Amino acid sequence: MNIFKKMKKNDWILLGIVLCVAVVFYVVRIFSADKSPGYVKVSIDGRTAGTYDLSEDQEIEINGGTNRMEIKDGKVKMIEASCPDQLCMHQKAISLDKESIICLPNKVVLQIESRDKAELDAVVK
Amino acid sequence: MKKVAYFGVFTALALIFSYVEALIPFHIGIPGIKLGLANLIVVIALYKMGAKEAFCLSVVRIVLSGFLFANLFSIIYSLAGGVLSLAVMVLLKKCGTFSVYGVSMAGGVFHNIGQIMVAMAVVESFSVAYYIPVLLVAGILTGLVIGIVAGEMLKRLIGLEL
Repeated sequence: MNIFKKMKKNDWILLGIVLCVAVVFYVVRIFSADKSPGYVKVSIDGRTAGTYDLSEDQEIEINGGTNRMEIKDGKVKMIEASCPDQLCMHQKAISLDKESIICLPNKVVLQIESRDKAELDAVVK
Repeated sequence: MKKVAYFGVFTALALIFSYVEALIPFHIGIPGIKLGLANLIVVIALYKMGAKEAFCLSVVRIVLSGFLFANLFSIIYSLAGGVLSLAVMVLLKKCGTFSVYGVSMAGGVFHNIGQIMVAMAVVESFSVAYYIPVLLVAGILTGLVIGIVAGEMLKRLIGLEL
């Protein structure tokens, strides 16, 4: 690729700095993330359908049986979905604050809320 | 007067690129990331016409395409991203030690930074900061693509005097 030969030294420095900053933010997030299990919030079509504690292992039926999620070792995974593409089932298990699994066809959203923020759920204007 | 005509053509081109992007979203699986085709025109204008003209073009493009294809709220996001990105691109270009690839990459990165800063102000929290690494890498990639295309275009537009 002659594009990379045409890039000047400062271009590479810029590239390096930005990537370093990205890595730093990523690492900080991994380490500062609240590791204590919080809640998983289930919402269907935008409405909250329930919150479940991540500290107890359980299987929960969502939306009258279109989806099933599994809570195990503080992680949430979608184990059943009635939709044809089943994308949500192939997503990796979530456990960190604000991570989510979304099943678009059934409009089901699973989102992790950390324990200390679970009750502060509004935007104050 | 020639400049006014070119300015019109550039604005129209940028608008068309915005429209094309609204029609065919270049979604690559990450929400909120797009190529920013219209920025190609802004980069070209920056190199061919100058900072002031590129700034006008960028603002006009964002306001018009915002009203045409999106809403007022997205104009605020785009303006923050567009102005910050252009400011950084002008600085780097003036500095003279960056090629068009580096200038464009910085533009892509700071476009995303401007937008996330508005997002932080809107939700009044830093919780969106977790998205920064994704946005930085995405900015580099989209900026590089735009930079490569802009570099090829500028090579062929050498006869174009503005």
